Amino acid sequence: MPTTAKKGDIIDIKTLISHPMVSGQAKDAAGKIIPRDIINTFTCTFNGKQVFAMKLEPAISANPFISFPVKMTQDGTFDFQWVDDNGQVYKDSAKVTVT
Amino acid sequence: MSLRPGVLPAAAATAFALTMVFGIALLVRSQTQGDLGKYTVGNKKSGYVYATPQTRAMQDDDFQNPGFLWIDKGKALWNSVDGGAGKSCASCHNAAEISMKGVGASYPKYDAKAGHVIDIEQRIGMERERMGAAPWAWESEQLLAMTAYLKLQSRGMPVDVSSDGPAHGAWQQGKTFYETRRGQLDMACAQCHVQNNNRKLRTETLSQGQTNGFPTYRLSWQTLGSVQRRFRECNEQIRAEPLPYGSPQYVALELYLASTGNGLPVEAPSVRK
Repeated sequence: MPTTAKKGDIIDIKTLISHPMVSGQAKDAAGKIIPRDIINTFTCTFNGKQVFAMKLEPAISANPFISFPVKMTQDGTFDFQWVDDNGQVYKDSAKVTVT
Repeated sequence: MSLRPGVLPAAAATAFALTMVFGIALLVRSQTQGDLGKYTVGNKKSGYVYATPQTRAMQDDDFQNPGFLWIDKGKALWNSVDGGAGKSCASCHNAAEISMKGVGASYPKYDAKAGHVIDIEQRIGMERERMGAAPWAWESEQLLAMTAYLKLQSRGMPVDVSSDGPAHGAWQQGKTFYETRRGQLDMACAQCHVQNNNRKLRTETLSQGQTNGFPTYRLSWQTLGSVQRRFRECNEQIRAEPLPYGSPQYVALELYLASTGNGLPVEAPSVRK
C-alpha cells in the first residue's frame, strides 16, 4: 500500500465502506417499517489519538465514502472504525511513513 | 496509489448481501479532471458527457467509484469454486485480465449453441450451468459483480457488437422496439433519446441513452444495476408495462442500443445520477 508522505504534506484519506444504510423511513411489502440500520459513527485515530470523527445521519446514502485531509508530521498508523445501528464494528488500518 | 485491501471474507456467495467490504486510500492531494473527448466518438456521446463534474469525478477515481465494491466481489467469485463440476471460472479461463479482455465489448451477440442472441448476463448463466451451478438471478449481487468484473476487462476498448448475419433479426427487433410508442404516455425510446437528446426533461438533460457504461452505479439506485433494470425503469416512466428480465425483446433492445454506440469506450462500472 502507498505508505509514504513528505513531512508537512497534506494527504487525503479516502475511505469507502459497503453498507446498505437503511434509513428507517421505508416500508416493506407488508407495510411494516424496515428498522433503521445505518453506520452512525466513523472515527479515525492516528497513533491512538483521534484525528477525525463523524456522526452519520439517515439521509446519508448507501456505501458511504468519507474523505478528509491530514497534515503529516510524523510516522504512524491510522486506525479507522465504523459502527452501525446493530452494534457491528468494522475496522481497518493503514500505516504511513514520513520521509 | 490507492489501497483496497482484499478484506472480502471467503464468504459463501449467498452471504454477500450481509458482507461488508471496505477499504482505505491514502493519496497525496490531486485533482481529477474528466477527459470528455475520450467519451465522444463522432456524434455519439456517452452518458459520461451528460453527467455532472462531481459524478464524473466519482467515476474517474477507481477508489471513490462505488462500482468497485462489486468488482472486488466479482474477482472473488471468478476464483471461487462452485457447482457440481468442482470448478471456478478461473479453472478454465485462468486470469480474467487476459482471457476476458475485449469479451465484454462484443455482447450481446449471436450464440450458436443457444440459437439466438444472448447478452453477457445470459452467457454467465450458461457458463454457470456448465459448471453444474445454478445461474444467478438477474440483479443479484453475484450476477452484477461478475458482469461488472468481466466488462472491466474491456474498459476503454470500443464497443463492437455485430448487427449483421445471424444477429440481424434481433437487431431489427430491437430497433423496432426502440421506435415503437408504448404505454399510457404513448412514447417511444427514440423520442427522448434521439429526437430530444441534449434537451431538458424537467431538470434533467436527456442523454443519447448509450449503454457503454453498464452495469452502472446509479446514485438514485444506490447500487449497481444492469441495463435491463434501466429499460424497466424507462418503461415505467412512460407508464408502460416493464418486460421481465432476460426477455428476448429486451436482449434485442440491448443489442440495438449497443450497436448505436459502437466505437464508444466500455466504461463499466460507470457512475450516473
